[in-house]
Amino acid sequence: MAILEVKDVNKRFGGLQALGNVNLSVQDNTVHAIIGPNGAGKSTLLNCLVGKLIPDTGSVMFDGQSVLGRKPYEICQMGISRVFQTPEIFGDLTVMENMMIPLFAKRDGAFRMHAIEAVSSEKGLREEAEKMLDEVNMLDKRNMHSASMSRGDKRRLEMAMCLIQKPRLLLLDEPTAGMARADTNNTIDLLKEIKAKRDITIAIIEHDMHVVFSLADRITVLAQGTPLVEDTPENIKGHPKVKEAYLGEAA
Amino acid sequence: MDQIIVQILNGLDKGSAYALIALGLTLIFGTLGVVNFAHGALFMLGAFCAVVFSRLLSLSHEVVDETRTDFLGNPMTVDVPYMHDIFGPEVGASIIDWAVPLSILFSIPVMIAIGFAMERGLIKHFYKRPHADQILVTFGLAIVLQEIIKAFFGANPIQTPAPTAFTGSFDFGAWLGFDPLTIMYPYWRLVYFFFAVVVIGGVFAFLQFTTFGMVVRAGMADRETVGLLGINIDKRFTIMFAVAACVAGLAGVMYAPIVAPNYHMGMDFLVLSFVVVVVGGMGSLTGAVFAGFLLGILESFASMPAIVDLLPGINQIVIYLVAIIILLTRPRGLMGRKGVMEE
Amino acid sequence: MLGIKGKDLTVFLLVAALALLAPFLLNPFPVDSAMAQFNAGYPDLMQRFVIFGIFAIGFNILFGLTGYLSFGHAAFLGVGSYAAIWMMKLLSLNIIPGIVMAIVFAGLFSVVVGYISLRRSGIYFSILTLAFAQMSYALAYSVLTPLTGGETGLQIKQTDTPLLSNIPEGEIGRANLFGLEMSDSSILRFANWEFTMNVGYYVCAAVMIVAFYLAIRIFRSPFGMMLRAVKSNQQRMNYTGLNSRPYTLAAFVISGMYAGLAGGLMVAMDTQVGPERMFWTASGEVVLMTILGGAGTLIGPVLGAGFIKYMENIVSKINSTVLHEWFAFLPDGMEDFMVTIFYPFVGKGWSLTLGLMFMAVVIFLPGGLVEGGQRLKRLFRRKKAEDDQSSAAKTPAE
Repeated sequence: MAILEVKDVNKRFGGLQALGNVNLSVQDNTVHAIIGPNGAGKSTLLNCLVGKLIPDTGSVMFDGQSVLGRKPYEICQMGISRVFQTPEIFGDLTVMENMMIPLFAKRDGAFRMHAIEAVSSEKGLREEAEKMLDEVNMLDKRNMHSASMSRGDKRRLEMAMCLIQKPRLLLLDEPTAGMARADTNNTIDLLKEIKAKRDITIAIIEHDMHVVFSLADRITVLAQGTPLVEDTPENIKGHPKVKEAYLGEAA
Repeated sequence: MDQIIVQILNGLDKGSAYALIALGLTLIFGTLGVVNFAHGALFMLGAFCAVVFSRLLSLSHEVVDETRTDFLGNPMTVDVPYMHDIFGPEVGASIIDWAVPLSILFSIPVMIAIGFAMERGLIKHFYKRPHADQILVTFGLAIVLQEIIKAFFGANPIQTPAPTAFTGSFDFGAWLGFDPLTIMYPYWRLVYFFFAVVVIGGVFAFLQFTTFGMVVRAGMADRETVGLLGINIDKRFTIMFAVAACVAGLAGVMYAPIVAPNYHMGMDFLVLSFVVVVVGGMGSLTGAVFAGFLLGILESFASMPAIVDLLPGINQIVIYLVAIIILLTRPRGLMGRKGVMEE
Repeated sequence: MLGIKGKDLTVFLLVAALALLAPFLLNPFPVDSAMAQFNAGYPDLMQRFVIFGIFAIGFNILFGLTGYLSFGHAAFLGVGSYAAIWMMKLLSLNIIPGIVMAIVFAGLFSVVVGYISLRRSGIYFSILTLAFAQMSYALAYSVLTPLTGGETGLQIKQTDTPLLSNIPEGEIGRANLFGLEMSDSSILRFANWEFTMNVGYYVCAAVMIVAFYLAIRIFRSPFGMMLRAVKSNQQRMNYTGLNSRPYTLAAFVISGMYAGLAGGLMVAMDTQVGPERMFWTASGEVVLMTILGGAGTLIGPVLGAGFIKYMENIVSKINSTVLHEWFAFLPDGMEDFMVTIFYPFVGKGWSLTLGLMFMAVVIFLPGGLVEGGQRLKRLFRRKKAEDDQSSAAKTPAE
């Protein structure tokens, strides 16, 4: 079953056709990678999925419901979480507080006036947050000021913040960009572990072929705003069109 | 028809002042990225340059005039300005009479020096600080500057007349073929308008036709890239700040005969000029000038008796009202560029 | 205790103790001593301490937590004041309805202003709030004269006969709380010391303690955490499924209500109000208090408000005679010189001192007095640690 269905999506910026007739379907409980050279429209597509941009034409359905015209926070409440290229966390807050915020968002919705009881009195949520932090090996850093952590830790924290909301679909925007090889491998292992433990669909935009081929069940190749092919990693590797458009360029 | 012309004319001088202050504000904002709450104080300092210079020119000493006697029958002492001694009574008298326009020469170096000192001494340390900090520190500076002026010149406005040649009014009505005396406009305000046009034109020409201006415009568009070219942009920005200070100062000098300078005139103009900048679009020079005149004229229309009868109080709030509407419908202002000051 | 604990409880108890003991703490010098001019235990001044404290505590909920810098909060203070004085003119000289209506009207007005202004952020938000406040000021000054008394403002007059209060013919009504008049004081004397216990002050102090307590609860609540999240990263907030707009609006309205409360109390203490209370420099003053004390900290705004109001009172009272007394120990020439140097900063020059102080804080101590205190503490600790180390190093050698 397709959890995310993108149909005939077009997006123009002035004279530039950023996305042209994009069709894409992401199957439930798979890891789907979207690759393509710079300027292929990967980020534009992603922004259309999370409500940052609205396509000119076409439809984006998540789990049978349209996401078009909804605000990012509404789309998140529907069950789509997003990890950014540079980790977006609450830098002024501690790691624990960073974890509590998505938990409140999940429990209380987009807005709730919760102004009297202290955060520290929410024992159940705290335990849940600690469990999640333990899973990403960050429990010992829970009282740290999150801005002072390393980039890798920030990335893991952001991932944990997304996962704790139990999203149906997790969108990753180049999760290993700018990482050293060892860190990249750690991230791959972490993602595999995450995937193995829960019922989740992951859509990943990535430059690094190593990451893509280690994780993806299916791959869509985007070039000049249009999907070239969609297939399994094995078939993509040998595909002549792909070699020409992307791998050839990279090699 | 004549009513409309009267209101447009009335709006011009205030609009000119708004445009000049807003031009400097947006120049500083666009180049240095600094929100300068002390810009109104620069306008006020300019006006006080005119006050100081006219006082300097009329410095005098006592001379016993043998030909006249006071009421006791003794020879009378009269004050004779030094100018009379230096240039003779006639030329001396007209120099004193022309004190305000002559102050321009005096105020340019003074304002440039003040601007330079402000940027090097204070503003440059705030480039990387949040806008809130910039607002706060310049707000503090504005208070300090106005209090210093108050300490020296007192709290009362100081009359600073225009040269006698400009004291009358120009009969626009007769000139345009309406009935005489229907549209009267003081000569000095006309002078102020043309002066503003010349200064604005000068700033634009400077930015448009000199290499210096080209680099500054490039810096306004993208500071990082220009920095990468190895051009010492900071130094140019310091000069730009001094130029902006000078423009505000000149606006103040020439405004002295229209509104007698007082220590809080800067703050009065500052809030409105900020609104002008926002309406015109942060970082847009043409926007600032256009919005300055537009709001000046709107304000003048809103104070027409017919309109005030219809909507009481509208003259007091029209500028703010326009600003609120513009900010909500066109967040970037009338001519704002994309990517400037957007969070 | 009371649902707060640890450091917060200490801070709360400290503020409560300071507020309750202020009449004693602020009058440490005997009446006839030379230092008596530094006493600040007058009802009028102490009331201003706590009222501006409330104003700043509220402002801090908006600016300190969310980072939205409003330059128009004096408008809410003004609206609160006008609402309160009308209640006292028409309904009752008891201050309760006046204060309640002050909060309600300031709250309603801040819903409108906040709803519109919060569509923009950063400097645009500051300008929008400034525009609204200036508009209110201009209207209060001119068209709304029937409601606001225009330039002269509103006072309680002989002709005012509030519905629920019985005022003898020809007498001017005085604000009270169930019969306790705000202006009532009892003076305690110990030897040469004098302490004024004023009803009005204690009413204000009690209100401030409650206001401060609520602020602590808000700071530590999930709502307070969300507000800090707004300041920290709005993008992440939106992608976490949270709508930041209602959070900021709620913070704006709460701080507007605090401002209204402060405005209402001002009227309760001194039954008059004028439009200058809404002028934008008045908004600047509360920004200043919050920053000076330490934005985003609990105790900062209270300290900032107290510090500025204390300095204002003391510094503006100093005149050249006082300066001459201070420097009397110097030789004549030096004395005159020092007096000349200091004179511009005292008396009417208070604003100059304030402006300089303000600049100094923003430049050198962006975290305000609280940060200054922490720095001192760290310095002290390091010194102590060094001393310990050096003594520890010595011990084995001996």
